[in-house]
Amino acid sequence: MGLLTVSPSPHIRSAMTTQKIMLMVVLALVPAIISGTIFFGPRALFLVVFCAVVSMFTELVCRALMKKEGTISDGSAMLTGVLLALNLPVTLPLWQAAIGCIFAIAVVKQLFGGLGCNFANPAITGRIFLLLSVGSDMTAWVKPFYYLDAPALGLFETTGSQALDGLTGATPLASGDAGLMELFIGNVGGSIGETSALAILIGGIFLIAAKLIHPSTPAAYLGSLAALTFVQVLVTGGEMTEVLYALLSGGVMLGAFFMATDYVTTPITVKGKIIFGIGCGILTFVIREFASMPEGCSFSILLMNLLTPYIDKFTRTTPVGAKKEKKEAAK
Amino acid sequence: MNNLNTFTKGLLKENPVFVSLLGMCPTLAVTTGAFNGIGMGLSTTFVLICSNLVICLLRKAIPAQVKLPCYIVIIATFVTLIQFMLHGFVPSLYTSLGAFLELITVNCIILGRAEMFASKNKVIPSILDGAGMGLGFTLALFLMGSVREIFGSGTWLGLTVPGMTGHTMSLFVMPAGGFFVLGILIAVVCKLSKRKPPKKLGCAGCPNAAACSAKCEEVQA
Repeated sequence: MGLLTVSPSPHIRSAMTTQKIMLMVVLALVPAIISGTIFFGPRALFLVVFCAVVSMFTELVCRALMKKEGTISDGSAMLTGVLLALNLPVTLPLWQAAIGCIFAIAVVKQLFGGLGCNFANPAITGRIFLLLSVGSDMTAWVKPFYYLDAPALGLFETTGSQALDGLTGATPLASGDAGLMELFIGNVGGSIGETSALAILIGGIFLIAAKLIHPSTPAAYLGSLAALTFVQVLVTGGEMTEVLYALLSGGVMLGAFFMATDYVTTPITVKGKIIFGIGCGILTFVIREFASMPEGCSFSILLMNLLTPYIDKFTRTTPVGAKKEKKEAAK
Repeated sequence: MNNLNTFTKGLLKENPVFVSLLGMCPTLAVTTGAFNGIGMGLSTTFVLICSNLVICLLRKAIPAQVKLPCYIVIIATFVTLIQFMLHGFVPSLYTSLGAFLELITVNCIILGRAEMFASKNKVIPSILDGAGMGLGFTLALFLMGSVREIFGSGTWLGLTVPGMTGHTMSLFVMPAGGFFVLGILIAVVCKLSKRKPPKKLGCAGCPNAAACSAKCEEVQA
């Protein structure tokens, strides 16, 4: 009977579903979660799970309130929660983390129509919302392994960074004194998932190998940031290791592999992806060097998210068989 | 349209901020606190009532070719008056409103009501219209200011709100938070007044339809 069913195209369907993609990306984030848990203690893992649960619950409530079919099973809310948690400092009070998740899911995603209709990456926007709202708690970075020689922060601690006076320090991006190897492994202060370049690379290469993301975006992002830092080193006469330092410190690695490659909010074509990545790299460099904020990764990706529709318009491909005259006439 | 309706329509149904989206600049800029919102709103109300009154009285004397300069001169007169009064009696409010007090002159609500209502109606309805619109504006600014002050600074009209200490989110007093709160309040007002988005854009349901000379079909074409 199946052969006789008449249906409109497409007739060939990929076995890859949204649900599978989302689960694979969460799987790719597992190394970063593990490294975060090792460096920042069990509360890091708890925060990741907490954010995922709050995000999924928000999605459930939003869809029910809007009387639309539930989308919780596609896993996108869980991914948003996990990604957001990896962008948070381990000391962040739970109520703030919950507000970030609710903002990301309810305001950024569901108010605009749910998955596929959001104009910006929910996790990035949630992080920026928290950064602008509770800036002091969002930039309190504990040193790695703080939990070994100090009373660990309770899982439900609400006072945030104040409870750990004296254990916090600047990120290596601001202080500039961490060793390159430490940065690569992630043995520095920072957000839960951003410190370990090694763990992010493992996840990123897994995604590229599984053909879930195209390598052009991270390559263009990291490449343009490296090139700009290289020029800066040439002009100011610093050491060449500064180029590597710029790539490994801060949230650029996590941003390039997991945030700038979001399907919904980045360009479709490879050309567009490269433009997107270069734009992110330039903006990150400019914000780091000339703005009052130490890190510009999340802002640069959000700004490029807003430009994505225009990039898509400029890099539109001609369909197979389309005549050139027609294209010009349409313009 | 009876007088009561003329007065009450500005409060919710044709609220200048939440429905007509007029006067956005002061709405976003001065509402970091509830008190600033009330101050700005009442100053604007005063100017609005007075300018509506004078423009209504002079509506036959003002030649159509130069009506806008005439309106602006009348409005600016009352703005200067309220500015001196605030400077003299409430200097703290005068300082916190800053340039936005003078900018009442070019507030589109005032010019809009002069053009749409006062120049076409009798004295009593014009005053009531000015009062209604002004109070609607004050209400909107007060709501915006309250939300932003409570969540952003943990205070309300300068008093500490219990339970908000250490739980404030400074985004709310930033410009981005202003847009955010405004959007949410507009959505709430829409829901309260049970307005549905029109299926087809047209003059029906447009709050400015009465004063608008263009036909929607022409504008869209």
